[in-house]
Amino acid sequence: MSAFDTIVHLVYLACAVSFVIGLHLMNAPATARRGNRISAAGMAVAILTTAVVLGHGGVVTTGAVVALVIGAVAGGTAGLVAARRVKMTAMPQLVSLFNAVGGGAAALIALGDHTATTQAAVTGALDVAIGALTFTGSLVASGKLAGRIPGRPLVVPFGRLISAGLAAIAVLFSVWFVGDGSNWLLAVVAIAALAAGVLLTLPIGGADMPVVISLLNACTGTAVAMAGFVLESTPLIIAGGLVGAAGAILTKLMADAMNRPISAIIAGGYGTGDAVTVSAGSASAPVREITADDAAIQLAYAGKVVIVPGYGLAAAQAQHEAVALAEALTAHGVEVTYAIHPVAGRMPGHMNVLLAEANAPYDQLRDLEESNPEFARTDVVLVVGANDVTNPAARRPGNPVSGMPILDVDKARSVIVLKRSLGHGYAGIDNELYTDPRTAMLFADAKAGLAALLSGLHAYAG
Amino acid sequence: MSPMLLADLTVFTLALLVGFEVISKVPATLHTPLMSGANAIHGVVIVGVMLLAATVTGIGGYVLLAVAAFCAAMNVTGGYVVTDRMLAMFRSRS
Repeated sequence: MSAFDTIVHLVYLACAVSFVIGLHLMNAPATARRGNRISAAGMAVAILTTAVVLGHGGVVTTGAVVALVIGAVAGGTAGLVAARRVKMTAMPQLVSLFNAVGGGAAALIALGDHTATTQAAVTGALDVAIGALTFTGSLVASGKLAGRIPGRPLVVPFGRLISAGLAAIAVLFSVWFVGDGSNWLLAVVAIAALAAGVLLTLPIGGADMPVVISLLNACTGTAVAMAGFVLESTPLIIAGGLVGAAGAILTKLMADAMNRPISAIIAGGYGTGDAVTVSAGSASAPVREITADDAAIQLAYAGKVVIVPGYGLAAAQAQHEAVALAEALTAHGVEVTYAIHPVAGRMPGHMNVLLAEANAPYDQLRDLEESNPEFARTDVVLVVGANDVTNPAARRPGNPVSGMPILDVDKARSVIVLKRSLGHGYAGIDNELYTDPRTAMLFADAKAGLAALLSGLHAYAG
Repeated sequence: MSPMLLADLTVFTLALLVGFEVISKVPATLHTPLMSGANAIHGVVIVGVMLLAATVTGIGGYVLLAVAAFCAAMNVTGGYVVTDRMLAMFRSRS
């Protein structure tokens, strides 16, 4: 190994270390931003080093340099503009889009590579299959979150049969490719995987998208690592492996928090997506309704209020209204905190980002473990667009939410549920909280309902 | 198996374990930025696209290279910038 190669290898190693340290610093809010910047600095060094390697080798044609620069400048600009302009509520679909193009790039590497070794062929086929599947899968997930594709599960006739057929084609042509080495065989694998990505994601409901994006993120990481095997490039193998592990853990954490096996989520056909339009009156016991003005007065004269934001708040983009109400209550002398379930919102931790965007003080945000002991000494809990994560039925065995970690909202002195209807949540069962005598229902869209509460507060409580 | 493949497999396996260990400690609050940050890290695929530039030839190869570069550059710049924007919002007002 020449001195140049040794130095390059050591610099790549330093970059890999910066990725690990960057992720490690993302453990805590105080150091998270620095962690991301360290990781970004490592990435910049890795890119510069690779440019030097290409120049030093002197084997790159002018045409390739032009293609590389045009593509990179255009893509970099597009990514920069999209990332700068995106609204925080639209951020999950943008992350999904970035994940899609990452997977696409990884697949293209194997398609463009002509290394004729068995290692390159096997990992190349894996790279193409995983990368292409992630590309279309993430695009569909992004479309579902953006509302361009209906969020409800779209069941394709014979979908599973077709997917199985596509998988068989991909495996067959991959094996053929390993033996033969012709790149058109790999193109067939890519086409089969692209179709499978669409078919597998369409039947999955919008509420399951966080888990799916997390899983696809892990897939892209794995595809990038496979591309690293094809090119024998250590930084790709290390970074790809890191991200593969990250996505896998997040997927498991998410699925655990929703009390759903990952296999059931992938099978699809479950969940209602954004548009919960089940008519009111489906609960067996009577519920107590409350007007916005009465609810506002109840909030104003409470000593301690806990706000429980859910999927409905994220879907209605009502985080600014929630924070405005909390500020008004604080100004009125009420102690206000937010209780955030791990899967509230559209992605794990998304609710924290939304509330942070609306300038909710970080010290008012409480997670599940911190919140639950507080409910017993809470006067009013305001549940905004959250359903299953507050259902006391989860404490009993034998129903779809059994064993799911919930917020113990029913331990509070009174509960106001702001929700569009008595429609079922994601688990498809009645929420016993709604028929609890201490619970009052305020039927409204999250955004309109919070605004009504705020104006009620100003009108009746000064 | 070649010594090179064995070395690669070793590195890959250890990277998976390190990723598992480092990431399993992140609180739920930071899961979305973490997902986004990890998403940016697999933007390292751009290094792979650059290495690919040394081998491609012909118009077809150049088009493929340009598309791959577009995708990878979008992933890496967008990923880091959007993560930074998210993390900038995590602050206490006190």
